[in-house]
Amino acid sequence: MSFWQIILLSMPKLLSGLTVTLYMTVFAASVGLFFGIVLCLGRVYGNKFARLLSSGFIELIRGTPMLVQLFILYYGLPVYGIRLTPLVAALIGFSINSAAYQAEYLRGSIQSIGTGQMKAALSIGMKKWQAVRCIILPQALRRVIPAWTNEFIYLLKYTSMAYIIGAPEMMAQAKFIASRNFEFFKVYLLTAAVYLSIVWVLSFVFSHLEKRLRIPGMVVTER
Amino acid sequence: MIQVVLKIEDLKKNYGKAEILKGISLEVKKGETKVIIGPSGTGKSTLLACVNRLVEPDHGRVLLEGEEITSRNAHKMRQKIGYVFQDFNLFNHLTALDNVRIGLIKVQKLSKEEATQIALEQLSKVGLSEKASLYPSQLSGGQKQRVAIARALAMRPKLMLFDEPTSALDPELIGEVLSVMIDLARSGMTMLVVTHELGFARTVADEIIFMENGLIVEQGPPALIFSNPQKDRTRQFLRKLTELYGEERIK
Amino acid sequence: MVINSLPVLLKGTLVTVELTILGLGLGFLIAVPVSFAQVYGGRVARLICSLYERTFRSIPLLVLLMLVFYGLPQIGIRFAPFVSCVLGLGIRSSAYQSQIFRGAILSVGKGQTLAALSIGMTPFESFRYIVFPQALRFSLAPWTNEFTIVLKDSSMAYALGVVELLRQGSYIISTTYEPMVIFLTCAAIYLLMTLSANKLMGYVEKKLQIPGFETKEVSH
Repeated sequence: MSFWQIILLSMPKLLSGLTVTLYMTVFAASVGLFFGIVLCLGRVYGNKFARLLSSGFIELIRGTPMLVQLFILYYGLPVYGIRLTPLVAALIGFSINSAAYQAEYLRGSIQSIGTGQMKAALSIGMKKWQAVRCIILPQALRRVIPAWTNEFIYLLKYTSMAYIIGAPEMMAQAKFIASRNFEFFKVYLLTAAVYLSIVWVLSFVFSHLEKRLRIPGMVVTER
Repeated sequence: MIQVVLKIEDLKKNYGKAEILKGISLEVKKGETKVIIGPSGTGKSTLLACVNRLVEPDHGRVLLEGEEITSRNAHKMRQKIGYVFQDFNLFNHLTALDNVRIGLIKVQKLSKEEATQIALEQLSKVGLSEKASLYPSQLSGGQKQRVAIARALAMRPKLMLFDEPTSALDPELIGEVLSVMIDLARSGMTMLVVTHELGFARTVADEIIFMENGLIVEQGPPALIFSNPQKDRTRQFLRKLTELYGEERIK
Repeated sequence: MVINSLPVLLKGTLVTVELTILGLGLGFLIAVPVSFAQVYGGRVARLICSLYERTFRSIPLLVLLMLVFYGLPQIGIRFAPFVSCVLGLGIRSSAYQSQIFRGAILSVGKGQTLAALSIGMTPFESFRYIVFPQALRFSLAPWTNEFTIVLKDSSMAYALGVVELLRQGSYIISTTYEPMVIFLTCAAIYLLMTLSANKLMGYVEKKLQIPGFETKEVSH
């Protein structure tokens, strides 16, 4: 088969896989954003118990492979009668994983702000959590944007792992197509090209957005 | 009757084994300006930070208008104490106006209109009305510090604490900040100032306090301290300061 | 249960470690010239190398593995699963490592090289004695991070049937039906390895520390 035929034949399936890939990425990044903020605040500003809990959780997740986490959710949980579909297991796994990484990015961002901002907020009579909400977080969240867009792109690439537990994302579709027409090389090359273009487009869009969200003097260095 | 605004009683603070404050007591009466001088690393800044509980003291009491400041009521008492930092600490993500306004809105719960009015008033007092919409990074060091003073004043404090407010400034920018502080002192604000600016001290201070190694070595009216200090250490320090900083900037 | 499975799991761990070290080593060998070309090379070399870097940072590892193991044989290039994994891990890691080295060299700053040249050093000497020692320290933290990434991502070799830690785990599960216990044990082994890698590198970093020369960076 020529390359054009391959493209014509496999694109519809690949694109339907891509929608699942994007869906998983956006879902996990959003849920991860919420829990990432919670984990980070727990680790930085929480009491002893909250600090221990959040940092333990974060280190546990960041210290183990995502695939093992997926296996525990998908193959391990049924032992306790909790049966998840591949897609749900993947969504939960990616969200948890992303939360841990996003928490660490945000923590780095908070640490880069310095203690002076907190002191100044307290000195005008703010309470600790008020200072966190009104002074620290607005700055930290802006600074963390480049790291988070990075995380989004990481996540997009890592969702291909969901194929191993059988979620119908793009990688799985590629495998399916290739095992039908035996054109492994061309189909996987095409898949790689699709990932490549999505990642490049996203990087371009994100860096554009970052420039527009910039506040004078709050320049964030890109990694 | 002269009212005592700030009363510090036997304040002590250790960091690990290092004794930073070894029992400091002092009083500032209404309308007075007291200036603390002394070598760096002798606890002057820690003393100020202990007053508004940014640092928790190990021993002793701090009273504002007779009411003790504790870690429990700290955030309420801090509203009555303006604090000016050495490195400004303006909120980086807010304009000059918002920096001055945020405490009024979030802490004192004033309406936006009211807060804006007060904030603009304070900014004009420090001569920065036109800079209201600029972000901290767009301001010079002297302008930043004046915004920081306006931010503190907007809360209508009973007492202003200044922690080396001109130490981080380029020499040519120090004057504009000092003149704001002098105006403030003359308008009857109660002030406790840590500084190396002897000219400022001579001009407006009611009392100079010389601190070293966590203790008050000597205190008295500027005329006495500058012309005829009783302790050798004070004399040595003043001589060194004049060598370092040259002649006084404010005559 | 856990204890019985440990010998087998440790055999898998050995394969995981091999994958990691070989992948990381291959990545290093490619990354050094690529990053050099990007900093010191001519326009064409810079363009090619940054295209290389961006391409292999953008393709998911799993796709790369599939391409190497299932795709390449169709154009006559055949690799064993283990070798395919080392290649995939190595090529992808080379892209990230070259980014690390490039960033480290650039963050040393032009002034250092100028100062070195001004006291009469040759360009090579100025790199060897002035830029390199500083760049090494800058790259240590992100490189440790890359190490743990390769270690964790070597688990994807599972998909090609390489009998590494995770695959050994699932073999045990197919006879014992204890997926939770076994996978948690696998996770613990991985955790132990990443934590000790971080500890070790933290120690090295401390050893190499220069006062006032901070190399803080938040990394993935």
